[in-house]
Amino acid sequence: MMQEPQHYLSQMVQELKPSGIRRFFDLAASIKGVISLGVGEPDFITPWSIREAAILSLEEGYTSYTANPGLLELREEISFYLNRRFGVKYNPVDQVIVTAGASQAIDLTFRAILNPGDEVLIIEPAFVSYAPLVTLAGGKPIPVSTHPSNGFKLTPEQIENAVTSRTKAILLCSPNNPTGTYLNKEELTKLAAVIQKHDLLVVSDEIYAELTYDEEYTSFASIEGMYERTILINGFSKGFAMTGWRLGFLAAPTPFTEQMVKILQYTTMCAPHMLQHGAIEALRNTYHEVESMRRSYRRRRNYIVQSLNNLGLDCHTPGGAFYVFPSIKSTGMTSEQFAEELLLAEKVAVVPGSAFGESGEGYVRCSYATSLEQLQEAVKRIEKFMNSLKLKETQAEEQYTNN
Amino acid sequence: MRLSGEELEVLSIVEENHRIPVEDIALMVNSSAEDVTAIIKKLEDEKVIVSYPALIDWSKVDGKENIVAMIDVKVQPKRGVGFDEVAERIYRFPEVTSLYLMSGAYDLSITIEGKSMSEIARFVSEKLSTIDNVISTTTHFMLKKYKHDGVIFGESNDKDRRMVVSP
Repeated sequence: MMQEPQHYLSQMVQELKPSGIRRFFDLAASIKGVISLGVGEPDFITPWSIREAAILSLEEGYTSYTANPGLLELREEISFYLNRRFGVKYNPVDQVIVTAGASQAIDLTFRAILNPGDEVLIIEPAFVSYAPLVTLAGGKPIPVSTHPSNGFKLTPEQIENAVTSRTKAILLCSPNNPTGTYLNKEELTKLAAVIQKHDLLVVSDEIYAELTYDEEYTSFASIEGMYERTILINGFSKGFAMTGWRLGFLAAPTPFTEQMVKILQYTTMCAPHMLQHGAIEALRNTYHEVESMRRSYRRRRNYIVQSLNNLGLDCHTPGGAFYVFPSIKSTGMTSEQFAEELLLAEKVAVVPGSAFGESGEGYVRCSYATSLEQLQEAVKRIEKFMNSLKLKETQAEEQYTNN
Repeated sequence: MRLSGEELEVLSIVEENHRIPVEDIALMVNSSAEDVTAIIKKLEDEKVIVSYPALIDWSKVDGKENIVAMIDVKVQPKRGVGFDEVAERIYRFPEVTSLYLMSGAYDLSITIEGKSMSEIARFVSEKLSTIDNVISTTTHFMLKKYKHDGVIFGESNDKDRRMVVSP
């Protein structure tokens, strides 16, 4: 006779909180006619020449395993790309690993660097996977809150205050999901000094590197003195509109990659062969499409930031990614309440900021990776919603005075 | 003429869809509605923006299906005016919807629209071939329009297949 299911399950896994986005997804999916600003991926379909290259590779029978870190041809293209775009040099033979999405690259990294109890600083508001991945690798995620007053930019002091003798690494994500905040060269250089002082490793999630709108992107690995202690994570999902392909990569000094390849070898073998051919095409021939998508996002960002500010939902102008993170504090609601009521009343889906950590409370994440027509309609609906809130407020006041 | 970054941005937005309200274009380029209106006015005056036609799939409208033909024309250029004079004689015909000077095996490429095949045949034999300096013509009838001016005609398979909410 078997015991209760819990008895057989890993304690650690049972204690993992389900993603705060999950509940919201179920609710939004159950309603018809929803305009979603809740999607964390491009609205573009992968450029045709990339798709065609993958189709061709299937036709030609590329269905075997590849080398564990991926096709050398692809790693060479990645190495060339990283050097050309960000000025960082990695040897394609032993410093670049192709992974099943940037998420796997982060997972490999934590598994390779963490000993039980090692602490990793997670800068919040943060992408929902980071902390669980640290936990699963036996480490301890330490949330570090950033502040809206400077557009959620991480400061050296915030790192100082969070560092302990057990701190092994810090995870940086710039441009950030969910805030869109971008850290430029100068800001990264200031952070580098503290990172050096406390001898931390840096896991730099640069998945949104192709999507910055006001300044040229600076990779953390290119900051002086940081190359040796940086694990650079990137991928094809956002910039090349290839989310469903699950293709990412990491680049790091050999002592790290050597260990990571072992994990990859024992867990997934390699990323799918035929899709890697698509990625080669992406890096070789489609950069103009990346640029045109970037221009399109930039317009939509400007449109949505100003529209929301005009409605009294304050938001900073995010330097990158495709999210805006407006404050909903003026409504007096929690971010969950706001998101839920907006969804039920006006059928616009946004993600409550609290899903991304405590410091996200009072904010919602709006993704503008959707057509301009949809954005225009969403703005109209949000305006209607905001007006109905004001109306309720006045009615309540009147009632109060009448009594 | 040299355009500023903002002007180029406005042009590119209008090229994609000229029905976006000026106020919204202003938001997109971080500018004011007045400035955007002025930019558009200037570009219209300079004939950079030539006109604002809608792209219509006439094949969907009963009784309005046009016959389209592309005609390759060999021409004897004329001293002093080259191909311009004969080109003008041709593009003045309203049934000619486009006209390009080409490199290669022939000189002018004409697109022509008509109600019927015989109408186009009549144009070629009576109007086009009889123009001085036109040496020869080759007419190709268009059977189906898949893509025009960067826009795909008919049902697109590119639907939004994303989940409503994702991290």
